Amino acid sequence: MSVAVLPYTVKPHPVTGVYSGKLGTWLFLASEVMLFGALFSSYVLLRVGAPATGPAAWPSHAETELSWKIGGFNTLVLIISSVTMVMAWASLKMNDLAKARKFLGMTVGLALVFIIVKLLLEYIPKFQAHHTPSHSNFFALYFTLTGLHALHILGGVIVITYFIFPGSSLWKKDPEYYTNRIECTGLYWHFVDLVWIFLFPVLYLM
Amino acid sequence: MSEGHHDQHHNHQHHPELSYWRKYIFSVDHKTIGIQYALTALVFLFLGFCLMMMMRWQLAYPGKAMPVIGNLFGEGNMPGGVMLPEFYNALGAMHGTIMVFLGVVPMVVGGFGNYIMPLQIGAPDMSFPKINMASYWSFFLGGVVMLASFFVPGGAANSGWTSYAPLSVIATQGQTYWLLGMVFLITSSLLGSVNFIVTIIQLRAKGLEFFRLPFFVWAQFVTAFLLLLAFPPLEAAAVLQLMDRLAGTSFFMPEGLVVSGIPQAYVGGGSPLLWQHLFWFLAHPEVYVLILPGMGIVAEVIANNTRKPLWGYRPMVYSLIFLGFMSFVVWAHHMFMTGMGTKISAFFATTTMIISIPSVIILTALVISLYRGCIRFNVPMLFALAFLPMFAIGGLTGLPLGLPAADIHLHDTYYVIGHFHYVVAPGTIFAIFAGIYHWYPKVTGRTMNSALGKIHFFLSFVFINAVFMPMFFQGMAGVSRRLYDQTMYAHGDAVQSLTRMSSWGAWMLGLSQLPFILNFFMSLVAGKKVNQNPWEATTLEWAAPSPPPHGNFATVPVVYRGPYEYSVPGIRGDYFPQHVAAEA
Repeated sequence: MSVAVLPYTVKPHPVTGVYSGKLGTWLFLASEVMLFGALFSSYVLLRVGAPATGPAAWPSHAETELSWKIGGFNTLVLIISSVTMVMAWASLKMNDLAKARKFLGMTVGLALVFIIVKLLLEYIPKFQAHHTPSHSNFFALYFTLTGLHALHILGGVIVITYFIFPGSSLWKKDPEYYTNRIECTGLYWHFVDLVWIFLFPVLYLM
Repeated sequence: MSEGHHDQHHNHQHHPELSYWRKYIFSVDHKTIGIQYALTALVFLFLGFCLMMMMRWQLAYPGKAMPVIGNLFGEGNMPGGVMLPEFYNALGAMHGTIMVFLGVVPMVVGGFGNYIMPLQIGAPDMSFPKINMASYWSFFLGGVVMLASFFVPGGAANSGWTSYAPLSVIATQGQTYWLLGMVFLITSSLLGSVNFIVTIIQLRAKGLEFFRLPFFVWAQFVTAFLLLLAFPPLEAAAVLQLMDRLAGTSFFMPEGLVVSGIPQAYVGGGSPLLWQHLFWFLAHPEVYVLILPGMGIVAEVIANNTRKPLWGYRPMVYSLIFLGFMSFVVWAHHMFMTGMGTKISAFFATTTMIISIPSVIILTALVISLYRGCIRFNVPMLFALAFLPMFAIGGLTGLPLGLPAADIHLHDTYYVIGHFHYVVAPGTIFAIFAGIYHWYPKVTGRTMNSALGKIHFFLSFVFINAVFMPMFFQGMAGVSRRLYDQTMYAHGDAVQSLTRMSSWGAWMLGLSQLPFILNFFMSLVAGKKVNQNPWEATTLEWAAPSPPPHGNFATVPVVYRGPYEYSVPGIRGDYFPQHVAAEA
């Protein structure tokens, strides 16, 4: 089809200096900022407007039973995964597909560590302690925000896995095109990490 | 340029290999997708109109059995042909939802934008053809979910198109479908808007600087930014409301809520106002999504049919950009009655007054463009000309609503209905008709019948005013907008004759669309065949064959001048197309 022969699919536009996919990714991330921005705003509004006493009151730190150690560990995991993502792109720039796939694999592995820790050490114990979304607005926000973030992580895992296996055949046909795609995936991945960097203090520390 | 030639070559090679499904159903060609969007949207516009014509029966003759079709809707909705209040509410909510999210926006952005914009910038296609296809099919799925909701227990969503909480949270199952449908529609518009912006930035033809873009492209550009940035907060709101409905959270549920004497099982602490803020943060920019592409179409038609350049093209573009920015800071003027505080109200009243200025600049520029023009009164031009006073009525009646003191009286009355319908119905819908008559020859290679078009125009113009003009007076008499039967109140009963006038106007307006429907299909086979530029226009879409082949242009166009070089002194003929090199 005509997909590959549209101008500026691979080469940067001489005036804007970017190829179309990168511009599109940035615009997509702008809309993601608005999505999470709306949710963080809801957090602020609900917390400020919460009644001082009664079942709907905002829980204190001790009551939420969120462990900053687990959250901190997961923050570290995601930051390292961002580094491996950059290493994958850098390896492609140095023409080393095998190394890039190794780093992409590490990124996926770290993402899965994040998900498993979240699920086994946080979500399931919370449900067992009846700290479900309907328990209070704090937990409603906690599950909605971290759940939506986890869905973004899973989306990233699917995309990166695709590029490790079937997607990497593009490397043989057009290495620059493949490198660009990894770069865009990386932009998305860093954004997802950044969301967590905001979520962690808001939910675990504040 | 070699890339472009290569593209042509490539496409011709591969064209015959496309199967029927790839060519017409799962196509990645922006023109096919544009036609898919437009046809689907026209069907939804018609459907939304039908819902409203049914509501108008209940309003005009409350409690009377609907003649002929009354018994088709089942005992659960219309026992004995008499509409139940619940069904009336569902029709109202779905009329708004279908018209806004499945009708007008997909028509002006998905349909006109997809088809015309890449042609006007001289591009072979959109930047991301596959994403373009995904955008259409996501929209289609959203439409299917919305339609399916009519058949679930309790019927379709019935909490108004605004879905205000807590009513919507405790509403019947149809509301869940509404929210899921919105998620698909929001995804669709996200994919579409990214594609539009990237295409306009990256794929303009050589020489097509930003200030040589047709006004329509500018309108699409600003609109795409509004869609990109305003829709995600509604997506967030939809997720939160889904959580409230399905997981029992209390995002929008206050403490101690009692409904019909039954205490609700929500822990509370949520804020119904939060929903309104998130909803209107989308829905006010959405108003500009509805109107800006319409302005773009009207600007194209007016420049072409006055045979002179648009007056004040640059101020119009600056106004458009300013409108785009301002539309993000006026949303709470829909919420003056919520008790959010006079200081906040004062802020939003001020921004609302400010945003009226750029709209007036654009409209004034379009009116002045007519001055000393050599006007051709063809069908698209008639619709474009009617757009000007109709949009002006819609816009000016909005000013009292933007001031808290006046809004207290008018809020949630028929006055509001009259106001925004004047913007969207004889405003945007007339612009859509202007666009259809104007670009039909480009899409099909044939013109639409002019006599039928004029009958369509004059009847529509008379009856659409008969529908909406009485609403201002009803509203000022204090009739609330969501009443199922206004005759139960003395002040409503006193103006019931106006309601009947509106209703008859609506039904006659429905009949007035028959010449259009006839014309639309007949002209496909019986319309006069035309060359590539039947209107003698200057912009790039008329440099492509009618209809344009896959890949659009026979030779890649190069642009030498601004978009509306009509009646240039010293040039033979009264138009000087953008892609024609100066005569040496």
